[in-house]
Amino acid sequence: MLKQTEGSRGVAEAVALCRPEVICAYPISPQTHIVEALGEAVKSGALAPCEFINVESEFAAMSVAIGASAAGARAYTATASQGLLYMVEAMFNASGLGLPIVMTVANRAIGAPINIWNDHSDSMSQRDCGWIQLFAENNQEALDLHIQAFRLGEELSLPVMVCMDGFILTHATERLDLPTAEQVDAYLPPYEPRQVLDPKDPVSIGAMVGPEAFTEVRYLAHAKQMQALELIPQHAAEFLQIFGRDSGGLVRTYRTQDAETIVVALGSVLGTIKDTVDEMREQGHKIGVLGIVSFRPFPLAEVRRILRHATRVVVLEKSLAVGIGGIVSANVRMALSGVHLHGYTVIAGLGGRPITRKSLHKLFREAERDELQQLTFLDLDWDIVHRELEREKQKRRSGPIAENILRDVGTVAARAV
Amino acid sequence: MFQIRLHGRGGQGVVTGAEMLSIAAFVQGRHAQAFPSFGSERTGAPVVAFCRIDDKEIRLREPIMEPDALIIQDPTLLLQVDVFRGLKPREGYILINTTRSFDEIGIGEYVSGFRPERLCTVPATELALKHVGRAVPNAGLLGGFAAVTGLVSLDSVAAAIRDRFSGKVAAGNVAAATAAYEIVSQEMKEAAAHA
Repeated sequence: MLKQTEGSRGVAEAVALCRPEVICAYPISPQTHIVEALGEAVKSGALAPCEFINVESEFAAMSVAIGASAAGARAYTATASQGLLYMVEAMFNASGLGLPIVMTVANRAIGAPINIWNDHSDSMSQRDCGWIQLFAENNQEALDLHIQAFRLGEELSLPVMVCMDGFILTHATERLDLPTAEQVDAYLPPYEPRQVLDPKDPVSIGAMVGPEAFTEVRYLAHAKQMQALELIPQHAAEFLQIFGRDSGGLVRTYRTQDAETIVVALGSVLGTIKDTVDEMREQGHKIGVLGIVSFRPFPLAEVRRILRHATRVVVLEKSLAVGIGGIVSANVRMALSGVHLHGYTVIAGLGGRPITRKSLHKLFREAERDELQQLTFLDLDWDIVHRELEREKQKRRSGPIAENILRDVGTVAARAV
Repeated sequence: MFQIRLHGRGGQGVVTGAEMLSIAAFVQGRHAQAFPSFGSERTGAPVVAFCRIDDKEIRLREPIMEPDALIIQDPTLLLQVDVFRGLKPREGYILINTTRSFDEIGIGEYVSGFRPERLCTVPATELALKHVGRAVPNAGLLGGFAAVTGLVSLDSVAAAIRDRFSGKVAAGNVAAATAAYEIVSQEMKEAAAHA
């Protein structure tokens, strides 16, 4: 059924159709609307049987999800930013124990300085914690990926994180095709755990493992993610059959055939990039886009197959690995081992800075001329950077950087956009 | 693609206004995207929300920097925020919630280059107080927007209001939107007569 609704509400409806039995969450922007809507659904009885558990922190949220999942319940939670960081220890446990929890991360920057806006720092900080990570390009895909996430996670017995851009997607109202319960039931079988705490057939989950077997257990975690590389395209194909929509998969290409320049990105910025690419194509530029849906597991072979014939690759990412540069681009480079092409890393959209067509046009043209620095910060205001560096040179006690710069730029609240 | 930027203050239903506008367009079978300017919303603080309407899927995620239309829910913002930034010169639409004229609120000169039938004032707060009992001007402005642009119909605006609200609140807002639609339609006729 087509409906004009907020991304968060659409995701909540999709999650509810997946019949979770335990939902536990602690509120944090911009994830709040999702769990609010699910809380309403549980309270009204629209989602039953399901227990909605209010917890005192994100650490507790993940711990409750672990307990629920180990006891055989389909478990769901959602978080963002500092909330994700607060549950990190438990997240490694969820994946290490092989519990198929599904979690939405409404992507948001990480402080300090405190910032509630969107970028990918939170999910990226957890790229190696053993969870599968899927990134949504728009709200329809966010909704669809949640349905696929339960299926994938439960088949492999691994937790899955569905990443959607905070505010940009979670708070955007757009047209969504909401599936029916029959469709979801046909796609997602009831949860049949591979391991379960059952008094009739007792096991212990979480045994201590020493040097004699730790590597083997860890290797199996990796092997499972490699299995996901096979399953994700299969699941997307089945999804297409039942729901009539091409959603998910490992990667998506857009106008990459004959492209000399290919832009690689994740999440909602792909839409703005595609609009820019369309305009450039009309002017004869040979440029295309590679969107990565599955960041973990990382589809090395697919990425290599698509990028290897390009002349140059521009990886545009909403996160920064301080001290080296790009995170996504490091992964892309690994896929391109031995392939000779120009590779550029562009850090963009940090802390909610808008990524505009205007800036992308300029950026992509500079890339085409191979005038880009290997590491570029899109729309960086060098004046402000140099002013602060100068202050630090002039005076030992030059003050806190964030406050100094806020004074330089003036208050943000009084600006129109 | 038609792009609308809504300016108001926290508590005036700016974000809801943009959402309802997108629903009105959706009701008419169009693609629409509404989103807020994400900030730390506080009652009374300047708030911006956006709405895009098109006949195909909207992929663009940048804020609206060159709007085709402005909906200004609070005229005191004119002193505080550059609400006109990027507005399409001459062709742009401007709707302002006020009982006064463009001259009286001090922007007569600025709007003199615009097409008069695309400029309108709506007494939306007064209509809201009368029909809803609270100073929430968004429904009235959407009624005025329907009248001045013809981009969405009054029926679609009413459907959007009923999608978001129910009972007395919905009925009051629909009444405010209808009254605003009539006032603005009349203003447009007068503007056309003078043109």
